[in-house]
Amino acid sequence: MSEEFKVEIVNPEKSFLVKEDVLEVVVPAFEGEMGILKDHISIISFLKPGIIKILSKSGDENYYIEDGIVEFKNNNLSILTSSIFNLKDFDKSKQQDLLKLAEEEANKPEINDQSKYLVDQKIEVLKSLN
Amino acid sequence: MASLDDLKKRIASVKSTQKITKAMKMVAAAKLRRAQESAEKGRPYSEKMNNVILNLSSGISDKENAPKLLSGSGNDKVHLCVVMTSDRGLCGGFNSNIIKKAKSYFAKLSEEGKDLKIVTVGSKGNDQLKRAYGDKIIANMSFKESKNANYFDAEKVGKMVIEKFESEEFDVCTIFYNQFKNVITQIPQAQQIIPLNTENSEENKSEDNYEFEPDEDEILSNLLPKNISTQIFKAMLENSASEQGSRMSAMDNATRNAGEMVDKLTIEYNRSRQAAITKELIEIISGAESL
Repeated sequence: MSEEFKVEIVNPEKSFLVKEDVLEVVVPAFEGEMGILKDHISIISFLKPGIIKILSKSGDENYYIEDGIVEFKNNNLSILTSSIFNLKDFDKSKQQDLLKLAEEEANKPEINDQSKYLVDQKIEVLKSLN
Repeated sequence: MASLDDLKKRIASVKSTQKITKAMKMVAAAKLRRAQESAEKGRPYSEKMNNVILNLSSGISDKENAPKLLSGSGNDKVHLCVVMTSDRGLCGGFNSNIIKKAKSYFAKLSEEGKDLKIVTVGSKGNDQLKRAYGDKIIANMSFKESKNANYFDAEKVGKMVIEKFESEEFDVCTIFYNQFKNVITQIPQAQQIIPLNTENSEENKSEDNYEFEPDEDEILSNLLPKNISTQIFKAMLENSASEQGSRMSAMDNATRNAGEMVDKLTIEYNRSRQAAITKELIEIISGAESL
């Protein structure tokens, strides 16, 4: 029996990635990292800044995302996100840019607890990418 | 009758106008293809988003405590209308159609005694509404410098709308835009985004029991603001495709009209040239006869 399922990543502008031969996806869900295998129960969750790992027969891929929602249903995993970058094309300058943006946001006085938490996460993940 | 010289000048000027409209048509056609493509590419995102929200909201047990963006503020007094138009003119009835739709909605609101606030996106809409509803416009945004509709701009509009909603400046929010059907047809739309309309969810009555992490309420309150931006972005994409389509057909008409005008003027020019020659001949002949 095949252990593969389909993953689809869409951002507002286009369908970012469609992959049919995925074995496992690890997503940074809000309450901790979550690995999804075939025949997982239907789930909806949202994501915090982190790395999505896609393990498939045709090779592994890593993406950095800042936010998003995952929906898993009938062996279809949809990830909706407005900011996603393939780690392969993720260079130093881009990382610095994002880090700067995040730090600016973290230093705003009117920031609330939840966004503060998210921004801190973002900074942590970005720093760990070195 | 105009002199030969005048006619010649007019023909030349109409011809150069025709050249311009033809070029504009071509540019619009190229842009239309791109805009249409991105509108189609953007569709899965907003559809998926909608599905998730519908699934979530049907699963919510406690309607009383549902997020305000979904259930509304409980009042129906102040309406915010986001009127989305283009930044450039010369695109046929594109902007006027949206404005017409919006104005009839405004009239209905004032009949019902409701308060109205307007946000215009795009400078053309602002120009047209300024005169009649200047005191109602609370903000005007325009994204002239962005080449294509992008999500970043949509998010800016969305954030502003949400901020205003949270500070209880309005109860109901409706966006106005043109939905792209095909090159010659664009349908002006009024879509209510706050509170969210979840009535038309016939095919989404899925029996699936989702697991939620964290719970429904928290996901919903995180998702709904995103959905606002997404809906606005969708409207922007539809709008930009419609704008180019509308401009293309307007410029096509203009080019055709200019062609007809050139034909007419050329006939007139030839006639008067002929008349002048005939006149000269008659003068010569009658002069020779009198000798």
